[in-house]
Amino acid sequence: MTEPRYTSEHEWIRLDSGVATVGISAYAQEQLGDVVYVELPEVGRKVAAGDNMAVVESVKAASEVYAPVAGEVAEVNAALADKPETINEDAEGTGWFVRLKGVDAAAVSALMDADAYKKYVSSLD
Amino acid sequence: MPGTAPATDALLRTPLHALHRELGAKMVPFAGYDMPVQYPDGILKEHLHCRASAGLFDVSHMGQARIDGAGAVAAFEALVPGDIAALAPGRMRYTMFTDDSAGILDDLMVAAREDGGLVVVLNAACKADDMAHLEAGLTGGARATLMDDRALLALQGPKAADVMARFAPGAEGMKFMSAAEMAIAGIDCFVSRSGYTGEDGYEISVAASGAEALARRLLAEPEVVPIGLGARDTLRLEAGLCLYGHDIDTTTTPVEAGLAWTISKRRRAEGGFPGAARIQRELAEGPARKRVGIRPEGRAPARDGTAVSDSAGHAVGTITSGGFSPSLGAPVAMGYVASSAAAPGTALALDVRGRALAARVADLPFVPHRYHKG
Repeated sequence: MTEPRYTSEHEWIRLDSGVATVGISAYAQEQLGDVVYVELPEVGRKVAAGDNMAVVESVKAASEVYAPVAGEVAEVNAALADKPETINEDAEGTGWFVRLKGVDAAAVSALMDADAYKKYVSSLD
Repeated sequence: MPGTAPATDALLRTPLHALHRELGAKMVPFAGYDMPVQYPDGILKEHLHCRASAGLFDVSHMGQARIDGAGAVAAFEALVPGDIAALAPGRMRYTMFTDDSAGILDDLMVAAREDGGLVVVLNAACKADDMAHLEAGLTGGARATLMDDRALLALQGPKAADVMARFAPGAEGMKFMSAAEMAIAGIDCFVSRSGYTGEDGYEISVAASGAEALARRLLAEPEVVPIGLGARDTLRLEAGLCLYGHDIDTTTTPVEAGLAWTISKRRRAEGGFPGAARIQRELAEGPARKRVGIRPEGRAPARDGTAVSDSAGHAVGTITSGGFSPSLGAPVAMGYVASSAAAPGTALALDVRGRALAARVADLPFVPHRYHKG
């Protein structure tokens, strides 16, 4: 399994065998607090980098989730509908949001690696 | 997703600020103060704990003021629709400052003291304007003094009375909406049996210098956990209580807001407060719109500002508070709708991110009040 990359908007993306899995970072879920609802895109939707792709709602507020890179939605994590708290429990694992196909591997590797993201997050606090 | 912490420069701090940090609170700016939005347990657990046991809230950002001097009661009553003259010493009421068009300038609690003065609790974001309003509006010998050397704690929940009985014998027998001076664990306080959660509980005014010692004593009890502003908001929403700046403001009247119960028969008849003409007209003819409870179908919350339509697609109102109810495990909201669409059960459509989300008008509160009526 490849290493995840991160965006400055706190999404993570991991490319495995041409399919990219996307979610929100552990830092993001901690900032959000208890997640109570997730709105996911239709399978087949084409997204450009930075497009609003999903919505995650905590008790406090709704936040948009952006596509880290361009691609086509191949699969969504339907289990989140009944168990949105999975995002709090395992944001960078079973709490994934969508899988994208047709992504440019170079666009993924151009994003922050775990160390760079960690430094970025520490600059925010 | 966006989410960076706003700058916390120049924010005011309550006397419990260091304790919040020690307890691991996530601090956020609120009404000019650096306040705990949640502790490590998180909003859902804090909320459910308060409904099941007891929670301690720091609400020291709120304004506490005394109204004293000759004619204090009559002078204050001229600024609010509530019946203050009928308030016996040791009793308190919920009322509001209104403007000349019956808009709500702030909502507040007012307690009558044994010495003939009044004590009011004001919203943090409104307190400066409220004090100017009092200074300009109080007549005769009445004067208002902000007690900014005091903290305010709220102990709320079904176990609150058990906890209080240990430190202030007799507090467990206080009736809902009564207030008295008493020592809690030897610390002088002004205590009311009231709150903003729908649960039984107390609001405790204490000198800033004693606030941390008192909070630590209460938090050491097994029933009590600290609760942040996040759960304070979900608790009051479930209880159907208004949040100033959202559910009520200068564009809403007490009658539209469903707060006519705070206006006694005498005051309805006599008037004599700002906006009385409009309030009397709305009481007689019914308001054009009403604050109602709204239950969206499904799990998606509908937030403040969401447009509300009737089942035919005609705009009928707006949501003013909305979120997720931890007690019900479902979204809940409050908002204003045209009186023709305000009956419980009326089908509505909520515009959530461009989609029509089905909803119905629901009775308030969403979770029954459990006040200690004695």
